[in-house]
Amino acid sequence: MEEPLRKELIVSAIENGTVIDHIPSTAVMRVMKILELEKSKNQVLFGMNLESRKFGKKGIIKVRDTFFEPIEINKIALVAPSASLTVIRDFKVVEKKMVEIPDFVAGFIKCFNPKCVTNHENVPTKFNVIDKIEIRLFCHYCEKITKKEHIQFI
Amino acid sequence: MKNRSLVSINDFSKEEYLKILDLASEFEKQPVQNILEGNVVATLFFEPSTRTRLSFESAVNRLGGRVIGFTDASSSSTSKGESLKDTIKTVANYSDLIVMRHPIEGSAKWASEVSSVPIINAGDGANQHPTQCLLDLYTIRQTQGRLDNLHIAFVGDLKYGRTVHSNVIALTQFDNITFHLVSPDELKLPSAVKMHIKKKNLNYYQYTDLKEVIPHLDVLYMTRIQRERFSDPIEYERVKNSYVLNNDMLDGSKDNLKILHPLPRVNEINEDVDSNPKAYYFEQALNGVFVRQAILASILGKK
Repeated sequence: MEEPLRKELIVSAIENGTVIDHIPSTAVMRVMKILELEKSKNQVLFGMNLESRKFGKKGIIKVRDTFFEPIEINKIALVAPSASLTVIRDFKVVEKKMVEIPDFVAGFIKCFNPKCVTNHENVPTKFNVIDKIEIRLFCHYCEKITKKEHIQFI
Repeated sequence: MKNRSLVSINDFSKEEYLKILDLASEFEKQPVQNILEGNVVATLFFEPSTRTRLSFESAVNRLGGRVIGFTDASSSSTSKGESLKDTIKTVANYSDLIVMRHPIEGSAKWASEVSSVPIINAGDGANQHPTQCLLDLYTIRQTQGRLDNLHIAFVGDLKYGRTVHSNVIALTQFDNITFHLVSPDELKLPSAVKMHIKKKNLNYYQYTDLKEVIPHLDVLYMTRIQRERFSDPIEYERVKNSYVLNNDMLDGSKDNLKILHPLPRVNEINEDVDSNPKAYYFEQALNGVFVRQAILASILGKK
């Protein structure tokens, strides 16, 4: 791990699994929910308000024996665009990358339009991400755009 | 289009629109054909409509099919709290195709995903009403002989009017259309729709005064301005008469000008315009039958 020792002491190292680092502290719980880690049977370690040279304060999540598919992990890019992902095997870093904003998101963001069918019937939301910089989500059902500042999570 | 749902005008290509319009002109020449014999079409109107429902039912009847359905949600199990999904799945068992109007946006898309038979969207709230758009294109082509090189004005509530948005987007697929957008400042065309015009490098001009634009036009598409759209009622009172068309305003207009309106009109077209040969809104409503015949026949694989 390339992290300073001080942090390793706070959130201990894992033998095998995934480290999600550089999460905004306020987004840690949201990331846990999006990845459904509260239902995980594996060990989940997390820290908030850790010191970061880059970000001031940051959050970190370490999940033992769990490896995520890109489609799954990229969902968190909407709440933690700066997050980095490190895959650990035998205490060694085997892969390190940044999360990427996906083309399509389903199921965890509410449509901004109060008249949308997803807010009236039991219909999971689906959006095409039409602008990855400003974050604009085009609803598959009502065809209205939910902007970044209006994003609410289900 | 066989077995495909028609939910949004954005789902179809220019070639597919044109195929429907060509087929509609066949039905215009011969509206009674027994090609839907043995077919049952369900018309589920969760909110009221005159033209759309009756023209669909007329279209099915003239093609020899049968119609089942309801005309408002209070006479269906929706009033007992049934979900839209359950209503659609049930009615799909009884019919070959479902025509639905529903006040909730995206409801037709959702219905098309749970239904075992194709869905035709006859209006989902302020979102889409693709059959209106197709009949408007049909009427423009019928009266002008083409769908390119035209000056078209849209007048009234350009901000919330779903018909205007769909028509503008559909027309941007044709060459050299010039859009004249006439509305009060509060009800201008949304920038997301204008983006479609800009993307195709077409021209548009915005006006607040209807009179100045009329002499340039091939098509004048009028829509209703609703009082409740204004945040300031005084502003409504100030502007409401600027968007009422009367016969005198048509002096100096081009010979080929036709006036369209999706109807119902309230007072935005004075009745003295009705007898002017340039008034074409009732013929436009008749075209709704031919275009819906074409859509039904295509989806049910009969043409």
